[in-house]
Amino acid sequence: MNAALDVHELSVRYGRTEVVSDATFAVAEGESVALVGESGSGKSTILKAVLGLAPDWSGRIEVFGKARGHRPDPKVAQRCQMVFQDPYGSLHPRKSVDAALAEPLAIHGLRDRDARIEAVLDDVGLDRRFRYRFPHQLSGGQRQRVAIARALILAPRLLLLDEPTSALDVSVQAGILNLLKRLRAERGLSYLLVTHDLPVASFLCDRLAVMQRGRIVEIAPVATLREGDFADPYARQLYAASQVGGVEGHSA
Amino acid sequence: MMREMPDGATDDLLRVQNLVVSFPGATRAAERIEVVRGLSFTLARERLGIVGESGSGKSMTGRAILRLIRAPGRVAATRLQFDGIDLLALPERGMRKLRGARLSMIMQDPTFSLHPIMSVGRQIGESLSLHESLSRRERKQRVRAMLEAVRIDDPDRVAKLYPHEISGGMGQRVMIAMMLIARPDLLIADEPTSALDVSVQASVLQLIDDLVTERGMGLVLISHDLSLVARFCDRILVMHRGQVVETCIASELHRARHPYTQALLAAVPRLHETRDTLPVLERDDRMST
Repeated sequence: MNAALDVHELSVRYGRTEVVSDATFAVAEGESVALVGESGSGKSTILKAVLGLAPDWSGRIEVFGKARGHRPDPKVAQRCQMVFQDPYGSLHPRKSVDAALAEPLAIHGLRDRDARIEAVLDDVGLDRRFRYRFPHQLSGGQRQRVAIARALILAPRLLLLDEPTSALDVSVQAGILNLLKRLRAERGLSYLLVTHDLPVASFLCDRLAVMQRGRIVEIAPVATLREGDFADPYARQLYAASQVGGVEGHSA
Repeated sequence: MMREMPDGATDDLLRVQNLVVSFPGATRAAERIEVVRGLSFTLARERLGIVGESGSGKSMTGRAILRLIRAPGRVAATRLQFDGIDLLALPERGMRKLRGARLSMIMQDPTFSLHPIMSVGRQIGESLSLHESLSRRERKQRVRAMLEAVRIDDPDRVAKLYPHEISGGMGQRVMIAMMLIARPDLLIADEPTSALDVSVQASVLQLIDDLVTERGMGLVLISHDLSLVARFCDRILVMHRGQVVETCIASELHRARHPYTQALLAAVPRLHETRDTLPVLERDDRMST
């Protein structure tokens, strides 16, 4: 199996606190894996460590077979990009969409900027008139599309998605989820998705890893969500909490 | 659930009739834009959910009830009555006495709603000292108990922290603590749990629920999370472009008849999802934010 991401016995610290302990998992090429669990369980921290934003870690992180170091690594950045949770906070308020998309190209010294920007906007379903707009002129869903375009413009093969739709309402969320699913199918991307919404994981992912207090307590295929037959008691509890009543129970 | 009440107009905690909230158009000559267009509902001591997409006027409805919409925004209504008090006629001073004491609102965004340079404990205590006379010690105890009730494990430490030192989810819980500590009669909760994960969400909702069932608090829960509203509320109003398109009993939401409500329901991913694409609603861009 070729792994897009291989994480082995990863522990991450913030100061004296160990936030992630001994996390071991892999994302195969073309696979989509969800990290689920309550806030503070270390889900986002794993993404940050992979990306190089949480430098105090030990263990091993391999991106497409190459171990990453503790310093910022442009080679990792080219193959692996992140989409953040909050589309209102993750775009520079005084930079136009065009400038936000041109920056990664300039950093990595890529040519054909104009054509690349047009192509990527097209890929995320934004037409050309959005190119010279500023974030405050966009709706939440449009901003998240720009954030996805910014991540895609370097043509990475692995996307780290940190709650990409939790700030959006249902119909906008549906649009972004469809987009992510389509992009993955078209380009053979691999996803590592952080979410606390199990239905989102069910729609977008193949497997899910349940985290509690910095540890991965269970890794299971998403089909497990059909029956809820998780082995770990915490995973079962998480499943039960998101299953109670609701629209779901009736419409099935 | 709902308390037994004799029939009659005064039993309703909140009566809203023909509520209109408008803002000026893009140019001076342009017509005012109505973001809430003739909304009417009554609320007993029950849990009412308001759902709809962003831009549908849900939050503006909540703010209008608390008279938090400032000029150039304008609020008009045939009737806006809280526990027999005409809110539209009440002077600002009277309004300030109600807000935070009998009428509370949990705002959507804790990072903007908390005072940035006041410790969390002091902010929570402040709403108590404004409306009740308590000794410092009693106040501190109430704050501590409240923080525990919203599942903050280390209340003494957290009370000393400032908003920038806590996470978004914790900020939301602080906000909730601040709004519930005065034990209001009516709580308007605007996406109170959207930043919380499921398990904390459950305990915060339980806390709100206790206040409804034990103390007869009325609740207006504004959310775009359909399944949350369906399982938590008694009744649901579905809003679209400033108007109510459908009203239903919460447990009957899945049988909603209005095409807009059905489209909203279909857009939600399910726990055992088998669809390849989710249906997306056509949005009217004028109304989006």
